[in-house]
Amino acid sequence: MKKMRIKQHTRTNFLTYLGVVAAFIIMNALSANGSLSRSLTGQLVPICCYMSMAVSLNLTVGILGELSLGHAGFMSVGAFSGIVAAMSLQSLIPAAPLRLAVAMLVGAAAAALAGLVVGSPVLRLRGDYLAIVTLAFGEIIKDLVNCLLVGVDASGLHVAFNLTGSKTVEDLGMQPDGIAIIKGAQGATSTTTIATFTAGFILVMVTLFVVLNLKYSRAGRAIMALRDNAIAAESVGVNITKYKMMAFVTSAALAGAAGALYGLNFSSLQATKFNFNTSILILVFVVLGGLGNLWGSLVAAAVLTVLPELLRAFSDYRMLVYAIVLILVMLATNNPTIKTFLNWKSNGKEAA
Amino acid sequence: MLSKLVPVPSGSMIPDRDIDKRPILECISLGITFGGLKAVEDFNLTIGRTEIAGLIGPNGAGKTTVFNLLTKVYQPTKGTILLDGTDTHGMDTMKVNRAGIARTFQNIRLFQDLSVEENVKVGMDTQMRYNMWSGIFRLPGYWKEEKVAHERALELLSLFGMEDLADVKAGSLPYGAQRRLEIVRALATNPSLLLLDEPAAGMNPSETAELMENIRKIRDTFQIAVLLIEHDMNLVMNICEGICVLNFGRVIAKGSPEDIQKNPKVIEAYLGKQKEA
Amino acid sequence: MEFLSYLISGINLGSVYAIIALGYTMVYGIAKMLNFAHGDVIMVGGYISFCAMSYLGLPGWLALILAMAVCTVLGIVIEGLAYKPLRSAPSLAVLITAIGVSYLLQNTALLIWKAAPKVYSPLIAPTKANGEPNALRLFDGQLTVSYISLLTMGACIVIMIALTLFTSKTKMGKAMRACSEDKGAAQLMGINVNATISTTFAIGSALAAVAGVLLCSSYPTLQPTTGSMPGIKAFTAAVFGGIGSIPGAFLGGLLLGIIESMAKAYISTNLANAIVFAVLIIVLLVKPAGLLGRYVPEKV
Repeated sequence: MKKMRIKQHTRTNFLTYLGVVAAFIIMNALSANGSLSRSLTGQLVPICCYMSMAVSLNLTVGILGELSLGHAGFMSVGAFSGIVAAMSLQSLIPAAPLRLAVAMLVGAAAAALAGLVVGSPVLRLRGDYLAIVTLAFGEIIKDLVNCLLVGVDASGLHVAFNLTGSKTVEDLGMQPDGIAIIKGAQGATSTTTIATFTAGFILVMVTLFVVLNLKYSRAGRAIMALRDNAIAAESVGVNITKYKMMAFVTSAALAGAAGALYGLNFSSLQATKFNFNTSILILVFVVLGGLGNLWGSLVAAAVLTVLPELLRAFSDYRMLVYAIVLILVMLATNNPTIKTFLNWKSNGKEAA
Repeated sequence: MLSKLVPVPSGSMIPDRDIDKRPILECISLGITFGGLKAVEDFNLTIGRTEIAGLIGPNGAGKTTVFNLLTKVYQPTKGTILLDGTDTHGMDTMKVNRAGIARTFQNIRLFQDLSVEENVKVGMDTQMRYNMWSGIFRLPGYWKEEKVAHERALELLSLFGMEDLADVKAGSLPYGAQRRLEIVRALATNPSLLLLDEPAAGMNPSETAELMENIRKIRDTFQIAVLLIEHDMNLVMNICEGICVLNFGRVIAKGSPEDIQKNPKVIEAYLGKQKEA
Repeated sequence: MEFLSYLISGINLGSVYAIIALGYTMVYGIAKMLNFAHGDVIMVGGYISFCAMSYLGLPGWLALILAMAVCTVLGIVIEGLAYKPLRSAPSLAVLITAIGVSYLLQNTALLIWKAAPKVYSPLIAPTKANGEPNALRLFDGQLTVSYISLLTMGACIVIMIALTLFTSKTKMGKAMRACSEDKGAAQLMGINVNATISTTFAIGSALAAVAGVLLCSSYPTLQPTTGSMPGIKAFTAAVFGGIGSIPGAFLGGLLLGIIESMAKAYISTNLANAIVFAVLIIVLLVKPAGLLGRYVPEKV
């Protein structure tokens, strides 16, 4: 019995990796022989980013058990720092895949730093208070990026902060060969898109690898312990602050990497893309996929990103349908009466 | 530090009692006030290195509050706690545990969604040294320490005959097993003083008898002190070497089980004054 | 004088936030849920009163009452259909459901009223027929306070006092406080918990309608997303003041409005929201339960 249990979680993890690999191969094959619609092909990289976002948010919400409503903020930090890195390293690193990798690492590092800054004071708060502060953080990041002007020329990076709305790219004082990377509220407008589906696949695999291995190590145990009972965890000597930070910052860093990939997939990107609604969207993936359930997050992210496309037939009604589906799914999975009914049915099946 | 993960001596080895006469715990006029209410006042207690001591008293006497003070869930407003001669002033719950006090809870506080074995391993977290990166990339440190932790967890669980339950979710254990698991988890932290808050609550007489045996066994195997809160007088009188009686936050009697049973103040606290009866 | 006029516009905005926050805080206090659909009820209130005035030609006060009635019913229906079945579910499930309801309201509004903003005709027109501003003039006309601002501030104070009296004096109000402390115990005392929660939602939604009308009267554009940002801000205000506390929501709303207005005037229009949220974070770090909130430690 014991051996079987251990096998069970290793097997689930293995199947999760396998599923991602299989999906990647199938999608590649489909897009090679042209049976994917154009809009779906365009969605491949964003889907990978959202999958990775969902897995990383699951680390905070499912495994650490803290509600975060500002995950898109970390994605934003990663996206814009990644874009700046990629654009300014264009001549230094001509190979696009390498530049992309560097940009994603920069994005991860920047987001980790943001996570550290936000997390250190904020993780002392509890429950809904933490939620509101992460929400506030997401909004602050959005506003800050909206005021940001960044350009690069031969002499290096130029950064200006457009506090009153009166400054323009001209105020960066760049030489004629300089290019503007981020133009305040207009965002990044002429990014060279170097993101690829393969990079997206690697991102998802790395994210899974990091979160799964963290979960099934001493740190993951301590993190889940403090989620289940913080007082008991403290009473056996677990350093609550350290482990909370570890989970939160790791989650932020992974979101940053995903953000960088996302940012380098579009030639134009505004900070408003990463607003409260995006944070909520990712949270919906996590909750529908199941708290702490990583393959669930992956599936939910993929399905719910494609779903609005599939609902195109409903045209104007598609978001309405989406909302209704969301409410019905939550009712079906959480109402005690319906849950008992479903359990009873599946138990019956097992017995038969 | 990994060397602290020594396997539990197996068999019925009962080592010689320590000759060390210095107490493991000394409370000196400990007190706490909640908004003007003196929940515990002028609490003095000394516990020997391998003593099994009992803390008893009517409901609401402040017994659990004493535990919360010792483990710094509450910071005492007055007094000193010396653990093995070291003042624990300024320590928090985590540090007090690392200094050597481990406890169980009256209202069970297990890590519900973790397995039994994982619950015990969380107790060993302070003795493990491999870092986050070793965990993520499964470096040698991870394998080495996890192996030792796994073996030790099973050995600790075997103290209570729970090794077969290692992979069961803690939340789905029966009540008695949950209480036992809390004790194992506390032991996993290598304490020098074990605080048990109503360990026999909800147990039937045969389970209680087994528990008494186990508490003695724990003391003998690990050579540690045990302080327990319990309402089951049979258990207290049988295994405690020293008893401290609290009422309304104050110590009303201290002594051996025989002394306590005869003490009129204790009888009064439990049964009320003769006149009122 | 400039400062005073910014202060007044801040209090005006803050009063709207406070009215929304009062509804938020009552619902949170009793249902312990973050009702993200609350902001969208404001929007519905705005549209209903807009239709009543523009299409039916009803007077402003009647449009307000109609909006309150519709929103009250809407609040009860939402609670009954979406939240009541999840009473024992994890709070995250309820949160996601609330978000679903929020999307539902926004997209329904989008279908009915389309995305193009409507120009709202305020309860009290900003200018009189002869072109003079419809406002109170102070200091020889150096400072003008529009009547709609006065109305908003007055309404906010009246509502705050009324709610305080309601929760402390009436039977239903006491039942609400009992339910917010301990639902199980309240039920054992013979309080109908479900009815009490429904009533709370009804009151909260009626307040949202009032807020919607006043908000659109001060800032007369109306879109399906009109309620989102004020909803989030009011939520922030409620947390700022100490969520669950009625005076806290009032205070939080006012302070938030003033901070926002001052930040816009003296620091940066672009960063006004960021500053508001930054102040919130700082307040929570110093007072983890908000300005007037009560911190209840977990019993061990």
